[in-house]
Amino acid sequence: MDWQIIQQSLPQFAKGFQETLWLSFVGIVGAMVVGLCCSLLQYFKVPVAKQLVSVYVELFRNTPLLIQLFSLYYAFPVMGLKMSAVTCGIIGLVFLGGAYMAEGFTGGFDGVSQTQIDSGKALGMSNWQLARYIVFPQGFSLSVPSLAANIIFLIKETSIFSVIAIPELTNTALDLIGLYYRSNEYLFVLVIAYAIILIPLSLLLTWLEKRVRYGTFGN
Amino acid sequence: MEHSGISVLFQGRNFVRLLGGLWTSVWIAALALLFGLLLGALIGLARTSKNKLVRAIFRIYLEFFRIVPTVVLLFLFYYILPRQFGLNWPGSVMATIAFALWVSAEFSDIVRGALISVPKVQQESGLALGLSKWQLFIYVLLPQAFQLELPATINLATRVIKTTSLLMMISVMDLINVGQQIIEANNQSHPTAVFWIYGLIFLLYFIVDYPLSLWSKKVARRKQD
Amino acid sequence: MAERILEVKNLSKSYGDQQVLHDINFSLNKGEVMTMLGPSGIGKSTLLRCLNGLEDFQTGELVFEGQTIKPSAANWQQLRQKIGMVFQSYDLFPNMTVLQNITLAPIKVQKRSKQEAEAEARKLLKRVQLADYADAYPRELSGGQKQRIAIARALAMHPDLMLFDEVTASLDPEMVRSVLDLIKELSEQDHMTMIIVTHEMNFARQIADQVLFLDEGTILEQTAGKDFFTNPQTQRAKDFLASMDF
Repeated sequence: MDWQIIQQSLPQFAKGFQETLWLSFVGIVGAMVVGLCCSLLQYFKVPVAKQLVSVYVELFRNTPLLIQLFSLYYAFPVMGLKMSAVTCGIIGLVFLGGAYMAEGFTGGFDGVSQTQIDSGKALGMSNWQLARYIVFPQGFSLSVPSLAANIIFLIKETSIFSVIAIPELTNTALDLIGLYYRSNEYLFVLVIAYAIILIPLSLLLTWLEKRVRYGTFGN
Repeated sequence: MEHSGISVLFQGRNFVRLLGGLWTSVWIAALALLFGLLLGALIGLARTSKNKLVRAIFRIYLEFFRIVPTVVLLFLFYYILPRQFGLNWPGSVMATIAFALWVSAEFSDIVRGALISVPKVQQESGLALGLSKWQLFIYVLLPQAFQLELPATINLATRVIKTTSLLMMISVMDLINVGQQIIEANNQSHPTAVFWIYGLIFLLYFIVDYPLSLWSKKVARRKQD
Repeated sequence: MAERILEVKNLSKSYGDQQVLHDINFSLNKGEVMTMLGPSGIGKSTLLRCLNGLEDFQTGELVFEGQTIKPSAANWQQLRQKIGMVFQSYDLFPNMTVLQNITLAPIKVQKRSKQEAEAEARKLLKRVQLADYADAYPRELSGGQKQRIAIARALAMHPDLMLFDEVTASLDPEMVRSVLDLIKELSEQDHMTMIIVTHEMNFARQIADQVLFLDEGTILEQTAGKDFFTNPQTQRAKDFLASMDF
């Protein structure tokens, strides 16, 4: 391991680090929005939309991000839809993540106990009031663990952006390896960089899960 | 439409070649799962050990695989094994090892979770029958744990299959790599072939993964009843 | 002539091809307390849940306060404001304080002012002897306390009829008394009309104006007053009372 080489590569890794961070952030926020909308359509059993959502969720959950990206980046242009690599990456991550997040939210809503819903009904609440005061607050809190797992998953998935040459962390490392033929050093920095993002984040999310759970259910 | 890209799918041996690529992907996933589940069961047991050091080591093992993206994992094996240890195995072997270790880490956590949730009474009644600790694990705990965590295990399998899409990055002749070759060969004559080839690959992955997802959901629902 | 509040006519219910309620008929006057007794299993709770639309039924009709109920979701939602229900598992909303639990439906469903709803909630809390717990969360309360809050929550809607579904069944024996005393007080002081599913025989004997004895989804005895306990008519009722050993 040559520390000099590591040191020299740091500015480049810093750029990749930033790229990974902002792409992840945009992708995760977008995925949350898409996922929440989809799970609401399913919760309120909106006709047609509900079926479309489940087709979308199954398609994206059961295919790899890499082939989704290749389709967006290489196949869509021949059909007349040309987008930059970064746009493709974000769209891919948002819709992949959206499918996972939809499952997460829906799982939470489904997890709210029937007896809670019955007590709300017995108090004369309308469907909307049941959703607003009972199912959503409790369901959201039940879905936090799965949303948290999805967040970590999506950050790791950004590494696949390297295949369409988006200069995020993994792509940066692969470029450097190609240029200078020093794999140990660059892979070492790469792993550390992911650890710097993911270790504090997963600790934070675990803490948050406990807080939300306690705040809602008291255990 | 004689130049329509869809015809490329069925030209010559293209379709068979694609299925061959799929076979490679599925085969690697299957081997990785087989070894990974076996190793993972052992590591999962180790993680319920009374020895703090043993628990800590395997906890770190798990966290390592949780943190490192699978792409990076593949490259670690692809670059470091040959250069550091002089092992010049084909990419498919290295990918199988990398995936198997990854599976073992994830599965060890599933097994551990199941083991600690098997009621203590079950363990005690097993021991009371005179089973050794090892027999208890094999005959009582592992089957129960397996049933408890079957949905999670199937989900892990679907993830492994999806992850085989990364094999092309370390030049294994997998489904996507075969697809790319066909695309390159036909790019001049059939520019829209790329659309159909990637569409087909997308569909093939879905056809393999979706039944597994359905199965896992069904098992999970049965567990709830 | 007492005012009739509820009439159940020829009510039958099945799950798939399994019939769980067979041709149920009874009526209840304002201010009366009816207890439904009988062996455990489906039947009593299911019947009770049919009375406020939490379960639907295939044939028969319900007449509430002189009106035949049309069983649509919107109708039931209106009616449930007049038919309070308390469950075995209390089911306070865990993410809200005691006060919020009690005032949620009065404010949101009945559109009463927050001030008025809170003032009444505090009065109810005093009544159930938990005045100091307005700002507590359900997790800080014992089972008996939660159940009394659940009763207060139902009362805040000013119901004309209250349904109690085995409300003491999950409580510690020491806590049962406080809940039963409260229900007794509701009958004696407020003349609240109530239908109570319970396994507390002594309590049932003290409080019941009418007893409905059900077994396997059929009414076997429908007795006025305390006769059921002193003079059961059917062998099953005799066996049941003997087995309860109170």
